[in-house]
Amino acid sequence: MAALLGSASDLERVRKQILAEENRNKPVVTVCCGTGCQAYGSQKVIQAFVNEMERQGLAGKVLSRSTGCHGFCERGVVVILFPEEICYLGVTPDDVPEIVSKTLVGKEVIERLTYEDPGTGHRCAKEGEIPFYKHQSRLIFGNNRFINPKSIDDYIAWGGYSGLAKALTEMTPEQVLAEVKEANLRGRGGGGFPAGIKWETTRNAPGNTKYVIVNCDEGDPGAFMDRSLMEGNPHSVLEGLIIGAYAIGSHEGFIYVRQEYPLATENIFEAIAQAEAYGFLGKNILGSGFDFTVKVHRGAGAFVSGESSALMTAIEGRVGEPRPKYIRTAVSGIWGRPSNLNNVETWANVPLIINKGAEWFKSIGTEGSKGTKIFSLVGKVNNTGLVEVPMGATLRQVIFDIGAGILGGKKFKAVQTGGPSGGCIPEQFLDTPIDFDALSKLGSMMGSGGLIIMDEDTCMVDVARYFTSFLCEESCGQCIPCREGLRQMATILNRITEGRGQEGDIELLEELSEVMTDASLCALGQTAANPVLSTIKYFRNEYEAHVKEKRCPAKVCKALVKYYIEPEKCTACGLCLKNCPSGAVKGGKKIIHWISQEECTKCGVCFEVCPKRFTAVAKLSGEVIPLPPKEPMPVTAGKKGKA
Amino acid sequence: MTDTLAKVDKIVNKYSADKSALIQILLDVQSEFSWLPEEAISQVSKRLNVPQRHLYHIGTFYKAFSLVPRGRHSVTVCLGTACHVRGAPTLLDRVKGMLKLNPGQTTKDMKFTLNTVNCLGCCALGPVLVVDGEYHGKPTAADLQQIFENCA
Repeated sequence: MAALLGSASDLERVRKQILAEENRNKPVVTVCCGTGCQAYGSQKVIQAFVNEMERQGLAGKVLSRSTGCHGFCERGVVVILFPEEICYLGVTPDDVPEIVSKTLVGKEVIERLTYEDPGTGHRCAKEGEIPFYKHQSRLIFGNNRFINPKSIDDYIAWGGYSGLAKALTEMTPEQVLAEVKEANLRGRGGGGFPAGIKWETTRNAPGNTKYVIVNCDEGDPGAFMDRSLMEGNPHSVLEGLIIGAYAIGSHEGFIYVRQEYPLATENIFEAIAQAEAYGFLGKNILGSGFDFTVKVHRGAGAFVSGESSALMTAIEGRVGEPRPKYIRTAVSGIWGRPSNLNNVETWANVPLIINKGAEWFKSIGTEGSKGTKIFSLVGKVNNTGLVEVPMGATLRQVIFDIGAGILGGKKFKAVQTGGPSGGCIPEQFLDTPIDFDALSKLGSMMGSGGLIIMDEDTCMVDVARYFTSFLCEESCGQCIPCREGLRQMATILNRITEGRGQEGDIELLEELSEVMTDASLCALGQTAANPVLSTIKYFRNEYEAHVKEKRCPAKVCKALVKYYIEPEKCTACGLCLKNCPSGAVKGGKKIIHWISQEECTKCGVCFEVCPKRFTAVAKLSGEVIPLPPKEPMPVTAGKKGKA
Repeated sequence: MTDTLAKVDKIVNKYSADKSALIQILLDVQSEFSWLPEEAISQVSKRLNVPQRHLYHIGTFYKAFSLVPRGRHSVTVCLGTACHVRGAPTLLDRVKGMLKLNPGQTTKDMKFTLNTVNCLGCCALGPVLVVDGEYHGKPTAADLQQIFENCA
């Protein structure tokens, strides 16, 4: 039961009380309830545990706890049994009775629910042995699996708010600022700007009213680190924010959460209410004399509103469009007042830095990039999810050691980093250490941390087209280089992917890129050309095949792809005809099927449903398709069932 | 009509008619009515003393808002990058074919509205379809059939 804490020693007293609670020392079943696992049914799984433990007489002896995201989103629902740390993956409510009787009671591991290495078949029962987790350094993200995000007591039990207590009662604001500056914490939202310097600029800017802001807009498609932190450990972000506010001299904060994250919004609202009840927010926090309150502002679905000046405009109640930054927002931000904006993950690093010190933080990472970074490893990779590694880990380590390589044994082609502001990095650079400067040198950037893995079946021209049309839609339209530049680039790229590319198109894209980069109002326009430029740089041959040969090497671009049934392989099983939505597949019983190219909508269903043992449907690009048979051709005898 | 105004007033009062909460107010109105009815926009404008064009600016700038009534069931396909490389365009084509809708449209019987979104943050499930807040990862053609049939 929360009561206002009047001092740091009050907090320690409450922490000891919480830790001494009988329940804290019992075995516990933790069930991941992040958005991904919820989609897999984690609410039903946890209810099943509650019911089954009751039924088998374990109620009160073993606890169950919904936790934040564990990161291994590909294998939801993720369940860990403590204290043994046995990790079960892909758990369904039907598995629960067996888990309770065999593992909780019988102390036996259920092999089929453990991690299996896709290459060797080796199984790992303990969470710490699983390669996906073993190679990570989960300094920020790790506590998600122990904490129920709706319980501030859980957070306190794990040392929560000790950083705040230290900052407010043992350090001056200047000392806190110096510590964060010394640690060289660089922004985790994409800019990589040193947080300490931004804090200092805000602190020194004229005016007594200053604001601090958490940017949880996370608009980069493919990135969900902030979602999982905000959902899974909202107090870690709140604690960092209050410490930062103290250092800067701000008494009012805003947390901007994007509308597409309802669970994160719900959890941060609850966290704020609980923090207020304990007195971590409000007046005279922990008896220090420092006051601070925070409000949540929901986004409404606009990528550009995640840009810092646009976000501040949205907080003012206006449309979230960027402003020209002749004067930094640290000096003139919300309502013209000094405003310090940082990303969710940046704020979450702050309590650690205060607790363990700048020297400790600097011991992790590379020369220019300190600490860890959480990445979302997604796309054509086996182990999809959230990965936290020290700066300097290589792309190969993340993709192959942690990610267990490419889905379906296909060939790696490129990793896209930095979201729509970033670029594609090909195979020859897989041993590049991941840090801000190394990625920029390759023509990409760290960005918010999305790592989209692409394989041999990904068309790089289509990727450029995808990002360009995304940005074209999201452009606020205020400035011509971005608004018109993106429109023209999208037109050209659409033409190329539709088989109407012309000589000179690639050079025109490069020319447009230059103007957009130099002259756009904000970073959306200034970096919009990166996906196009990096794919031209490393995959120019694909562009040239599209333009000169009207061929898509990856066979993705619908207009350049044709489906063809190879007569010698077809056994007239009829699956393609049955599933064809447009009636383009012709044929009959024991008659070889063929596709009418005029009627074919290139949906690809025939290619998908043709049984593997026949693989009669071919996906072709840049080849001449033989004409359809003049008369129905019967399937020749002896071919049925032939591979 | 009065019912609409009463509901809108309740929302505005919740935010103490603070102008800077304009977007939050409109989000609640959108949630309440599943679109932004003209009377609601007019009432918010009056209560906050903000010109209607500001509200229409916001209503047309942000994807969360709809200025036309939406169907009973909301169907959303994620077109984020991770979903894109895992076949979201094909999924969208299939959903479009089954519902006979383009993104942004609603069926004549007001049953389904189809939308796209640029990343829901559950990329491991990709490609993702959300129907009435329920997430479906990697739905097959048969799954889609079942999902839409289950919508009353």
